[in-house]
Amino acid sequence: MYLKKLILCLTALFLAPLSFSAWDDINMTPGVNAIAQEIFGLHMTIFWICVVIGALVLGFMVFLIIKYRKKEGVEPADFDDNPKLELTWTILFAVILVGMAIPATTTMIKAYDDEEGDINILITGHQWKWQYEYMEDEVSFFSNLLTSLDARNNIAPKTENYLLEVDEPLVIPVNKRVRFLITANDVIHSWWVPDFAVKQDAIPGFINTAWTYVDEPGVYRGQCTELCGVYHGYMPIVVKAVSDSEYKDFIQGKRDLKAQQALLTEKLWETDELFAIGEEVYLKNCVACHQVNGAGIPPVFPALAGSEIVMNDKGRQVEILMEGVQGAAMQSYAEQLTEVEIAAVITYTRKAWGNDAGGDGEIVVPKEILDYKNNKL
Amino acid sequence: MSAVIEGHHDDHHHGPAKGITRWLYTTNHKDIGSLYLWFSFIMLFIGGAMAMVIRAELFEPGSQIVSPEFYNQMVTNHGLIMVFGVIMPAFVGLANWLIPMQIGAPDMALPRLNNLSFWILPAAFGVLLATFFMEGGAPNFGWTFYAPLSTEYAPPTVTYFIFAVHIMGASSIMGSINVITTILNMRAPGMTLMKMPLFVWSWLITAYLLIAVMPVLAGAVTMMLMDIHFGTSFFKAGGGGDPVLFQHIFWFFGHPEVYIMILPAFGIVSHIIETFSRKPIFGYDSMVYAIASIALLSFVVWAHHMFTVGMPIAGELFFMYSTMLIAIPTGVKVFNWLSTMFKGSLTFETPMLFAIAFVALFTIGGLSGLMLAIAPADFQYHDTYFVVAHFHYVLVPGALFSIIAAVYYWLPKWTGYMYDEFMGKTHFWLSFVSVNLTFFPMHFVGLAGMPRRIPDYAMQFADYNMIVSVGAFLFGLSQLLFLYVVLKAIFYGKKATGQVWEGAQGLEWTLDSPPAYHTFETPPNLEAGEAKG
Repeated sequence: MYLKKLILCLTALFLAPLSFSAWDDINMTPGVNAIAQEIFGLHMTIFWICVVIGALVLGFMVFLIIKYRKKEGVEPADFDDNPKLELTWTILFAVILVGMAIPATTTMIKAYDDEEGDINILITGHQWKWQYEYMEDEVSFFSNLLTSLDARNNIAPKTENYLLEVDEPLVIPVNKRVRFLITANDVIHSWWVPDFAVKQDAIPGFINTAWTYVDEPGVYRGQCTELCGVYHGYMPIVVKAVSDSEYKDFIQGKRDLKAQQALLTEKLWETDELFAIGEEVYLKNCVACHQVNGAGIPPVFPALAGSEIVMNDKGRQVEILMEGVQGAAMQSYAEQLTEVEIAAVITYTRKAWGNDAGGDGEIVVPKEILDYKNNKL
Repeated sequence: MSAVIEGHHDDHHHGPAKGITRWLYTTNHKDIGSLYLWFSFIMLFIGGAMAMVIRAELFEPGSQIVSPEFYNQMVTNHGLIMVFGVIMPAFVGLANWLIPMQIGAPDMALPRLNNLSFWILPAAFGVLLATFFMEGGAPNFGWTFYAPLSTEYAPPTVTYFIFAVHIMGASSIMGSINVITTILNMRAPGMTLMKMPLFVWSWLITAYLLIAVMPVLAGAVTMMLMDIHFGTSFFKAGGGGDPVLFQHIFWFFGHPEVYIMILPAFGIVSHIIETFSRKPIFGYDSMVYAIASIALLSFVVWAHHMFTVGMPIAGELFFMYSTMLIAIPTGVKVFNWLSTMFKGSLTFETPMLFAIAFVALFTIGGLSGLMLAIAPADFQYHDTYFVVAHFHYVLVPGALFSIIAAVYYWLPKWTGYMYDEFMGKTHFWLSFVSVNLTFFPMHFVGLAGMPRRIPDYAMQFADYNMIVSVGAFLFGLSQLLFLYVVLKAIFYGKKATGQVWEGAQGLEWTLDSPPAYHTFETPPNLEAGEAKG
């Protein structure tokens, strides 16, 4: 099977540059807005200049190799410099470089424009997910990789957007200037959407800016481009550009959801209910580090199964979930998860993997999380 | 007084000591050169094995043979080993063997320091490789070890990594002091600076670069150590520190470091091309000035590695222009090599094949470097496989090919035995084809949007990654052939003459092959003749 694929690939390698449709697969994306297209144009200009220079140099080299191979009775010349010629090509290089620098500078100035946007979105990189906060609308959510572990482990089939799909895409309206304020919570990440030609490092303690303006509704995909730890390859970016009315609906929907979730803390919860929700939350948010069986990857990611805190110290466990652990990969989930989800996932970990039998087996209800939050205020 | 010296003189023409102590205690530049070269060769296979693991993991989409955590350890240590354990020690080994023989000196100026600078190197890499067997695993934050991933979020073994980097730095600094002292003080009478062989020139400038930037690296890792263990906040945003500061310091070291890995290659290739063109090097003076200007420029271009950190536009433009300037001296060098071949009488023995491939493929790496210098376009190239393709083009068919070329070129001189020309050429063609199969398609996947340092990738990159992996396996296997050719030459090679190559110029070719254990005990007098090579 590999052999067949290999033959296909090799054929593709040699034919790819010939067929126009394949050209897109091996070149930079032209982008979906003016600045991206301008950067693409700049890229193609420099690319062709470099191809021509490269072809001349390599072509001349082949000529030399053929023409001046050692022959009987032909003596090599013995000149060893030619200052005029050397000066000429030095000046020639400088001229070519100036020719490249001029369009590069004008594009650079256009790309670097940090005027405020119609919509301002704070993007925060976390290990290993993105958080989007709509500054004007006070809506905030996290965007996690959707691709299943089974697909990554070659058990389930891989779909078209393998590793480029998220549970909650960033939604932006078309025909509006959208400004991104980019930062990070732990290590350095980098937010890249090739179609917008936006790549900006997300650095803890700094807020970088970038902006885009999209004309066409559509789904645009990108990835984190700065090594940010184990799951650096698994924190994609999906941006959905929609019409203005759809955008308003989206914001309203997010607000309604928030109100509903607040009500749920008042409800009386059954252990089984919490356990079921908790298992879901755990599989989505926790398995990357603590593993499905709760064994973790010590010493970096501690085990939850058999952990003293998880079995017998409810207060400390709530605190860890809410505040994170200083100097470790464990972050605060106070904003990432709802009160119900946090209570549920704690309940799940206290009941699963035999922790129930080994520890006090107490559960946590959403009200307790809400109280924790209120006491802090 | 003179009687005492003469009395001592008689038993002074001894050869090397016997057994292991010859290598442990040696202060002989030839022995130490061999030690460096063998060390580098061994590390090439270790770092290469890690590259094979990386390419096996990336052979197809989906998790293949290692976990993402181990993959990051492979990526990190592959980079560290190839940079600090292969390319740099190989060049120092060549410097040890060649500089005294090319300038007519009996040995390096500081022989005991020389012994120390080599022997702490295996210790440093022993420490680094030992981290694989420790709790938390080996360093996993990339060879550029950006804070805070390498400080607050690093595995506990980062402290061993810092210690290893300190030792490597100390070794490089001592080696450089030795090279500079030797070149400035021990040239044969009549060899003025502008008559020195170009390899010597390239190393003189490289040594100054090393002395200038290795302490900066030491400073960076020391600040990391303080942040990790002593509560400082140099790079900790939470304590008022600055993670971007780390990148500025790192690349202020890192960019000159990149040229440290290529300048000696320029020297080597110049010698090989003139020998097999049977014609003196074209534009010797401009070659020297080009190396010097590349070295000077390397101090003012560092932030082109950081176009996406959010620099002010003035910074972006400054670093774009200064980086583009480097194309001028580099272009001069390429044109000078071509002009050396022009109207020459070319033959294509293995060293020449590798040298020509160097010029051709280094040009490709240089041109992609020029593209990367264009700051707005770099927003799209940065941290993708396009960058991986670029720096592998300058480091593998660049630096590594020059080292392989040097080994073929000087091996008969060092050992006294010729290598098998047919096998050498086979090695060349296998390497040449596979190196391009490995690194050329990386340009495509990079432009199409594949980020670097990821253990798994989206479906559209699958075809080219498979080609890259096949190329990489082939390249890896080809280097085993290199080992075979070298061993075969040493054990079964035909006797080589002193001159070895018809067109070779320079003092080392006036010696026997192999040269005596101590050479040029009386310096050759060049006042009358021409030493330039």
